[in-house]
Amino acid sequence: MNNSVGNTGRVLWAGLRALLVLTLVCGVLYPLAVIGVAQLAFPGKANGSEVTDASGRVVGSELIGQTYHLPLKDGEETASADLKWFQPRPSNGLGANSVNTQYSIILSGATNRSGDNADLIKWVTDAKAAVIKDNSTAGYQVRPSDVPADAVTSSGSGLDPHISPEYAKLQVHRVAERNKLTVAQVDELVAAHTDGRILGFIGEPRVNVLKLNIALKDLVAKG
Amino acid sequence: MSPVLAGVLQLLALLVALGLSYRPLGDYMAKVYSSEKHYKPEKWVYKAVGANPSVEMRWPAYLRGVLAFSAVSVLFLYLLQRVQGSLPGSLGFVSIDPDQAFNTAASFVANTNWQSYYGEQAMGHVVQTGGLAVQNFVSAAVGMAVAVALVRGFARSRTGELGNFWADLVRGVVRILLPISVIGALVLVACGAIQNFSGIHEVGQFTGGAQQWNGGAVASQEVIKELGTNGGGYFNANSAHPFENPNGLSNLFEIYLILLIPFALTRTFGRMVGSLKQGYAILGTMAVIWLGFTALMMWTEFSHHGPAFDIAGGAMEGKETRFGIGGSSIFAVATTLTSTGAVNSFHSSYTGFGGGITMLGMQLGEIAPGGVGSGLYGMLIMAVIAVFIAGLMVGRTPEYLGKKIGTREIKFAACYILVTPALVLGFTAASFVLDTPANSMTNSGAHGFSEILYAYTSGANNNGSAFAGLNADTQWFNSTIGIAMLLGRFLPMVFVLALAGSLAEQTPVPETAGTLRTEKPLFTGLLVGTIMIITGLTYFPALALGPLAEGLAA
Repeated sequence: MNNSVGNTGRVLWAGLRALLVLTLVCGVLYPLAVIGVAQLAFPGKANGSEVTDASGRVVGSELIGQTYHLPLKDGEETASADLKWFQPRPSNGLGANSVNTQYSIILSGATNRSGDNADLIKWVTDAKAAVIKDNSTAGYQVRPSDVPADAVTSSGSGLDPHISPEYAKLQVHRVAERNKLTVAQVDELVAAHTDGRILGFIGEPRVNVLKLNIALKDLVAKG
Repeated sequence: MSPVLAGVLQLLALLVALGLSYRPLGDYMAKVYSSEKHYKPEKWVYKAVGANPSVEMRWPAYLRGVLAFSAVSVLFLYLLQRVQGSLPGSLGFVSIDPDQAFNTAASFVANTNWQSYYGEQAMGHVVQTGGLAVQNFVSAAVGMAVAVALVRGFARSRTGELGNFWADLVRGVVRILLPISVIGALVLVACGAIQNFSGIHEVGQFTGGAQQWNGGAVASQEVIKELGTNGGGYFNANSAHPFENPNGLSNLFEIYLILLIPFALTRTFGRMVGSLKQGYAILGTMAVIWLGFTALMMWTEFSHHGPAFDIAGGAMEGKETRFGIGGSSIFAVATTLTSTGAVNSFHSSYTGFGGGITMLGMQLGEIAPGGVGSGLYGMLIMAVIAVFIAGLMVGRTPEYLGKKIGTREIKFAACYILVTPALVLGFTAASFVLDTPANSMTNSGAHGFSEILYAYTSGANNNGSAFAGLNADTQWFNSTIGIAMLLGRFLPMVFVLALAGSLAEQTPVPETAGTLRTEKPLFTGLLVGTIMIITGLTYFPALALGPLAEGLAA
């Protein structure tokens, strides 16, 4: 009995020492080495792919989606979309920081609603109606069948930086009207900011909303 | 190019990449676990551990090593979270509550990586990088060690010795997981994954104001999270977060990492038992199930049945634009047919049948190709059962790889396959009998049932993905899922090692004309059938109440 207790103790002690040594290797040396090489070889990417606007101000990351809202008015609970800019996908799953309230970190996440969930059906229906209403102009009527799925659904992270090229094209008439540009000008802008599949088949075609809006701002400034 | 065609081409590219690495990696791993040589840095480690790596262990000693190392790991990780608030480098995050700290410690040590916490607002650098990421390495290496011990049980005769646990553990980390991780992490950074120690900081926004980000050693953790089939994300959104999985290429690369070692281990198995063909038969079984599941998933997601998806015109809820339906479906199947549980899209918002496929993948026991190590030993247990069933049909004592499958062996195999269903179905039933657990559900009806069934399926099978609508940060779920994860990981290991010991003691029986040819495609077919029948009989009633009911109604 004593022998087996002593034996168990010895094995546990060996286990603890193994854990500490492997923690040093995998939890300290390895991540530091990767940080060192990454910071030297890919400093921009390793630090979050930040992008600057024409004036050199950092306006976000090309990988993290943003909202393009009007300032919150008195009595309003949620800010409304600033329709001058291209709009991203909905982000109903994005959470507010609840654990450690000294920060307001963006909490990534999805809605996790199922296809037959009443909330999701309402969100999608409302979003579709809003997309049709917002994007129809005097000379251009959006049909329900024109609205792509990504325009009315929330992404997995809630931070999707992209929209589909179809959703970008849908917004062209509205954006042109609000910025007093021609449809052809904005069309050209969207075409220039549409990325195809990597190597022709990996991933999906997409438009980076932040980069597109930065280019739009430049175009408007140039008149 | 249509999205469907692009999805199929991505699957083909994945097949080619996995095919190219299969032989070199499988042979290399066989060498790693058979070599007599200890490298200099490894000798330092053994010295620090105080273990002689050349001493052979019988199964009880090997098991003691596994359990002692894992027990110490749980305790260490638990304490690390409990004192987080007083540690430097914790970004001001407070200590984790006892029930959640237990759940998380059990989860990462059991290679599950179920997360009831929100990564970016709960865990600082020390816990993430020095605690959780370390378990990503070592829990994977433990799984591989146990698988190799079972393979040695088949390969060796008239001994009982299964190798040395400390040597297998250290070699798995140092010679296999670390080198691939270093290269893989840099590939991910090159794609755009972050790797820094910036902590919480503000970044300007286009329309003014600022966003608050939490930056850390993400790429180095992301790569081992996939390679070691762990799955615990740095961020709450896991591999859907652009900082973890920035583009279509990184997405395909991460799926490749998930499947890399589990598939290649069948080559290692073939090498070590002296018949590559036996390895191919196991590989064939895994590949058939994996490809079949992927095809089904793509079909149901592209055809998007369900009220909300019909209105939206596509099942894009919970999916990222850059991956699309194809890249998301391939990932979802890979992560649930292995013990990974990382997600690049949220399974709760898949179609009814799609959600069912992810659940069924886990319920098969995660063996196609399964977790690193656990996939191989799980599949070999199924092979033992298949051989036994075939033996019953022709009235012969069954044999596999020259070893008799007698009463003792079949008892161990039977106990193995009973553990997880008992945990999954028992805890799911208990959750519905009690009053409060059901309050955690976000969705109601069939999908609400699925949320809880998914949680225990994921926990007991050591997957870690979720129908994340379930609020699992309650004392009930933290405790019971924690227990399910530990029992679901370590009880089967007891039976695997006992079986290995029993096999290694046997004298091999010579092959005769009546021996079942387990290297032939016929056996692969028998094995697929056995897996489907056993899982189907066990889980069909529960699946009928959840995903099948939802899918048929849509």
